[in-house]
Amino acid sequence: MLVLGIESSCDETAAAVVEDGRRILSSVISSQIDIHRQFGGVVPEIASREHLLKIDPVVDEALEKAGVAIGDIDAVAVTNGPGLIGSLLVGVNYAKALAMGLGIPFIGVNHIEGHFFSVVFENPPIEYPAMALIVSGGHTNLFLAPEPGKYELLSRTRDDAAGEAFDKVAKMLGLGYPGGPVIERYAREGDPKAIRFPIAKISDGKPDFSFSGLKTAVVRYLRENGIEPVKEGEEPSNEIKDICASFQDTAVRTLLKNTRKLAKELRPKVLIVAGGVACNETLRTASEKLAESLGVTVYFPSKHLSTDNAAMIAAAGHFHLQRGERSATDLTADVNIRLQNTGEHVSAKDGRKVPYRI
Amino acid sequence: MLSKTINCPTPEATFELGERLGAALKGGDVVLLKGPLGAGKTLFTKGILSALGFDTADVTSPSFTLVNRYEADLTIYHIDLWRIEDPEGASFSVGLGEILEDEDAVVVIEWAERLGAFDFGVDPVEVEISGDGDSPREITVSGEIVFEGD
Repeated sequence: MLVLGIESSCDETAAAVVEDGRRILSSVISSQIDIHRQFGGVVPEIASREHLLKIDPVVDEALEKAGVAIGDIDAVAVTNGPGLIGSLLVGVNYAKALAMGLGIPFIGVNHIEGHFFSVVFENPPIEYPAMALIVSGGHTNLFLAPEPGKYELLSRTRDDAAGEAFDKVAKMLGLGYPGGPVIERYAREGDPKAIRFPIAKISDGKPDFSFSGLKTAVVRYLRENGIEPVKEGEEPSNEIKDICASFQDTAVRTLLKNTRKLAKELRPKVLIVAGGVACNETLRTASEKLAESLGVTVYFPSKHLSTDNAAMIAAAGHFHLQRGERSATDLTADVNIRLQNTGEHVSAKDGRKVPYRI
Repeated sequence: MLSKTINCPTPEATFELGERLGAALKGGDVVLLKGPLGAGKTLFTKGILSALGFDTADVTSPSFTLVNRYEADLTIYHIDLWRIEDPEGASFSVGLGEILEDEDAVVVIEWAERLGAFDFGVDPVEVEISGDGDSPREITVSGEIVFEGD
């Protein structure tokens, strides 16, 4: 079965042809990063216009690289949320029109479920129950998948997403956008133990994430020590490199603290770490160590599958199509769509139920 | 114009003041939040949303998306312009003109100073928060608004 995947939830226009949900015939990603860099982040109005310009050529290129004709495609899978509304609408309407014109089925895919499926190409089949830490510029979620297609949201951010914290700190330090790669680069030359930044505690005892306090701690440290942002073209001082390393270390420990606690309790067979922040080597190494100590197998997508792409959307779409699921013609974009269709997990420690929602 | 400064010693107090202000808001109101990074602007907005019937666990920072839209008792637009430094770019990037045309919506803007001199069409309520970290916050609310405990 050949599935054409389409992804346009944020600032990457992407299309991919995937065979039987596991083999990538092509994966084309057109990034808008150079356009958005001058604004220090994605600008929704600009992103949607760019998607409109790029989607047709990107799909053509994906078909060409896969060596297939449009008539060979069996189904279309498209991200319909969460994401930026104007961006999502471009992909959703394009995919719907294409599938209707070709008379083939189409299915809307939750972008976060796409990240979950980003590991299927390069790892052994996912064993269940699986736990997934999905971290990117817009999302920070920890899921339990007790069986295929079932997801329980265990933990999420209360304020900033992990990737967003990297972007904010990079901006404060004068290091530009996007923050993840540049902080990682200078962190390698800094001392992660130089400064003690706090790991946030959630006052109601739920195992959620919070990165706002860490950001504030960095602001305070800069002010109290009179540290100026790096000027353009200048090499950052050792002090700035130490801040990068210490911040990154704290961010990674924040992510893995909840993961460790919940993995100990729920005993998954596989731990998936995916999303743009999964490119971070410190997070990868620390996740490997954590998984080893818990006797769990860890799966990562390779870097080009960690950030937004359409191959993962095609794989997730294939999974649902195989189960006979289809989207109706009234499918639309939903910016707030959740990935949660099972639940009632009662944490042994706090005894509170995580509310059930879909 | 009314102006009042309230001392908020804890994050909970900041949230509660947001709730009190939120309860007094109606469609068409614009709230501008000022204060340094980490002052508690998003927390204050969570309080506003809570008063308007929204589950605040779902409210996260819009620094990445620039604008989050919530459907509660009213429609609420939560905007954050921190990373947009050019005034013209700031209003364009979030489609602010279009948002302000929605008379049934409450518009909350963090880092409104990025807009420079901007005509909102109404007199906005201004909330200025000082302090960060564990220190208490001084929150000054100014505008044509009367809220509980005022």
